[in-house]
Amino acid sequence: MSEVWELWTYLGEGPLLWLTLTLLAYLAGDWVSRHFGRAPWANPVLIAVVILAVVLAVTRTDYATYFEGAQFVHFLLGPATVSLAVPLFANLARLKSALLPMLAALVAGSVTAALSAYGIGWALGVEGQTLLSLLPKSATAPVAMGVSEAIGGAPSLTAVLVILTGIIGALVVTPMFNALRIRDWRARGFATGVAAHGIGTARALHVNETAGAFAGVGMGLNAILTSILAPLIVALL
Amino acid sequence: MILHLAILLTFQLIGEGLSRVFLPTLPGPVIGLVLALLAFVAAPRLAETIRPTATGILANLSLLFVPAGVGVVSHWRLLASDGPALVIALVGSTVLALLVGAFVFLGVARLLGQGPER
Repeated sequence: MSEVWELWTYLGEGPLLWLTLTLLAYLAGDWVSRHFGRAPWANPVLIAVVILAVVLAVTRTDYATYFEGAQFVHFLLGPATVSLAVPLFANLARLKSALLPMLAALVAGSVTAALSAYGIGWALGVEGQTLLSLLPKSATAPVAMGVSEAIGGAPSLTAVLVILTGIIGALVVTPMFNALRIRDWRARGFATGVAAHGIGTARALHVNETAGAFAGVGMGLNAILTSILAPLIVALL
Repeated sequence: MILHLAILLTFQLIGEGLSRVFLPTLPGPVIGLVLALLAFVAAPRLAETIRPTATGILANLSLLFVPAGVGVVSHWRLLASDGPALVIALVGSTVLALLVGAFVFLGVARLLGQGPER
């Protein structure tokens, strides 16, 4: 048994083990999600995070060691953000035709997300850096982390809040909009992208192609608006 | 594929540079996205060129959030004290933002006489 532990410790020191486990955990999460017909509660990110958190706890590995391997995946968030230009461009004509509804929904959704998160957190006794870390939580991870740093939050905490927001959004969006009988895929997708960034967009892409395209736009526009709005809100509070 | 990745990274790199020098509040990848969109409008063939790689990355967008999500393990202590409040804030604000976003979209579309697209 001690040889196995030694080998694990040796492999755990390099990036290969944690990069491989990140991909395997995601494949497992994606398999479960597909197995249950993309049911909202079987969220692939949630499943992968739980698997990896358990592995880290059992092997007593700290996050810094894990991230040395996982950073290669994390890095791709940048090119992925640029990649959003492709579906945006493909849907440019349809987006132009819905420009005013989108801009109105963007401002309303973005301000609601930031202020209600801050307000509820404040009312429940959350303070200081933790409270500030909540403000950019609806923007996509790399953007929210940058904004969090700029306004005096904790970027690593914001990253976790961003992921949780995305998972919550992906969980509630389909049952909620179905119950409310909202059938316009543009409105559903766009609101999802604004409120629940990439994880919501990934969910929207699984549900409906139009919703996915509008979610991608909502996510991209909210990334821009949050980076302008969050510093303004902090200055006014 | 390497060419496609190089193009995406070039837009991101220019974005990071502009962010650093002119627009510190706008993250580099977001500026890269805007630049890429402008480039596609000027040269639509560029969008076609990188489409396979861009689509491939976006199809697995969820994967890219996993490393940041695992960061939850370094915040156990904070989550033990502020966890319930943070979860309520996240659930409440996400549901509110979804509702406000969707209803404002529908309301403005109706005001402009643009019926829902089915």
